[in-house]
Amino acid sequence: MKLITAIIKPFKIDDVKNALKAIGVQGMTVAEVRGFGRQGGHSETYRGAEYNIDFVPKVRLEIVVDSEQVDQVVDTIVTSAATGKIGDGKIWVSEVERMIRIRTGEEGHDAI
Amino acid sequence: MTIDSGATAWVIVATALVLFMTPGLAFFYGGMVRRKNVLGMLMQNVFSMGLVSVLWAAVGFSLAFGGQNRFIGNFDFAWMKGIAKADSLPGYTGAFALVIPPLLFMAYQMMFAVITPALITGATADRLKFSAYAILIGVWSVIVYPIIAHWVFSPTGWLFKRGALDFAGGAVVHINAGAAALAVVLIIGVRRSYGQETMPPHNLPFTILGTGILWFGWIGFNAGSALAANGLAVQAIVNTHLAAAAAMLSWLVVEKAVAGHATTLGAASGAVAGLVAITPCAGFVGGMAPVYIGLLAGVGCYAALSLKKKFRFDDSLDVIAVHLVGGILGSLLLGLFADKGVNALGADGLFLGGGLRLLGEQGLAVIVTFGFSFTVTYVVATILDRTIGLRVADDDELVGLDQSQHAETAYQ
Repeated sequence: MKLITAIIKPFKIDDVKNALKAIGVQGMTVAEVRGFGRQGGHSETYRGAEYNIDFVPKVRLEIVVDSEQVDQVVDTIVTSAATGKIGDGKIWVSEVERMIRIRTGEEGHDAI
Repeated sequence: MTIDSGATAWVIVATALVLFMTPGLAFFYGGMVRRKNVLGMLMQNVFSMGLVSVLWAAVGFSLAFGGQNRFIGNFDFAWMKGIAKADSLPGYTGAFALVIPPLLFMAYQMMFAVITPALITGATADRLKFSAYAILIGVWSVIVYPIIAHWVFSPTGWLFKRGALDFAGGAVVHINAGAAALAVVLIIGVRRSYGQETMPPHNLPFTILGTGILWFGWIGFNAGSALAANGLAVQAIVNTHLAAAAAMLSWLVVEKAVAGHATTLGAASGAVAGLVAITPCAGFVGGMAPVYIGLLAGVGCYAALSLKKKFRFDDSLDVIAVHLVGGILGSLLLGLFADKGVNALGADGLFLGGGLRLLGEQGLAVIVTFGFSFTVTYVVATILDRTIGLRVADDDELVGLDQSQHAETAYQ
C-alpha cells in the first residue's frame, strides 16, 4: 500500500477528483493548505502599500492505494492537475505500514 | 414653537440612519484588521453606542447645546432635565428656529456623538487596551466632543457666530476625530512587527459591506442636518451621493495609475473620503460642486496615505488620511464653493464672488478644532498611558484582542 500525496492548484481539485473517480479510486482526503515552492508568493496592494504574500493557497490531496495502482493514479493526477504554468504542484508517494477501517476493523488491502 | 410633522418624520428616520452608521463603521474597519482582532474592533465601535449614548443624556448634550455662553454649554439640560418639554434650544431662534421637537434634536445629535469617537478606533487598531479605550472615549465625549460641537454647531458658539460653516460635521466629527486619532497614535506607538510583518485586511467583503452601510447612513447624517424635510435636505442628499461617487472614481484612477490596480478597498476608501469631504458642504453647495469636491477628496486623501510612511506613525486603517485630511479638505473647499443661492443661511465662497472671508473663517475653524482636539486628547491619552497603560501587553497583542480582551474567537 502506498500513500499518494499531491499538492495542486485549488481550482483543479474537481478535475482531479473526477478523473480519479473515473479510474476507480474510491476515496480521498483533501485539505486547504498554504505554502510556496518555486512559484513563490505574489504581491497584493492595499491602499497603495504593497504586501508580499509568501504563502499561496493550495489543495493537498491524500489517497491510499494498492501498490500496483500507484502509477495509474499518479499519471491521472499529473494529467488532470496540469496547467503547464508554474505552481502546478507536486506529488510524492510513500509507504504505508498499516491501514485499518475503523467500523469493521478490516486491515490492509480490505480497508482501502 | 411650531412643530412640522414632515420635518419631524424625516429627522426621526435620519436619526435611525445615523445610528446604523456605527455598526457600518465597525464592519468597514473590522474587515481591514487581522482575523485575531476583528471582534476587538467590532466591540470598540459598538461599545460607543452604549457608553456615549448614556453620557450624552447625562451631560454631553447639555454641554454642547445648553446656555448662551460662546465657549461652552452649561448643565441646563443635564440628566435630561427639561429637554422633553423644552420649546426651543438656546440660539435656535429666528432663521435658525427648530421645527422639530428639541428632544428629537437631542436624539439625532446623540448619534453623531456616538460615531465620532468610534472613528478613532481605526487608527489604534490591534493594540489599544479595551479598558483604556472605554475611559478614553468616555472622557473625550465629555470634555472634547461637546465643546467643539458647541463652538461649531450651536448658534451660540463662537465659531458659528463668526460665520464658520459646518453643515453636518466636517470639523465637529471628522477633523475632531482625526486629530484625536493622531494624538493617540503618537502616544500608543506602532503595532508589534509593524513594517516587518505583513498585515493585510482579513475580510474585504466586510469592508465593502460596511462602506455600503456608511454610505446609506450618510444620507441621514447630511440630509438630516437640514433639520427639515425640504429642498435643502434634498440638495444635501444629492450632494452627498455625488461626492461619494466622484471620490470613488478619482481614487480608483489615481490608484490604477500609481499602484497598478483598481482595488475594492480603493473603491471603498474613495467613497468614504468623498462622504467625509462633502459633510461640511452638504447643505451649502449645489450644481456640480459636490462632484468637484469629491474628485479632489479622492485624490487628496489618496495622496495623504503617504504621510504615515513619511512620519513613521502607525495610523493602522488610515483615519488621518481619510477623516482628518478629508475633513480639512471639505471644510476649506467650502470656502471656495459655498453658494448662498443654495442656502440663504450660508455664505458665498470665493468662486461665487464672496471673496476670501469664508475661506478665512473655515481655515480658523480647522485650526482651532484640530488644535483643541489634538491637545486635549494628547493630555488625556498621556495620563491614561502613564497610569493604566493604553496598550495591551505584548503577549496579548500576539494572541490578538479577541482572545486577550474579550475571551472570544470570531471564526471557530
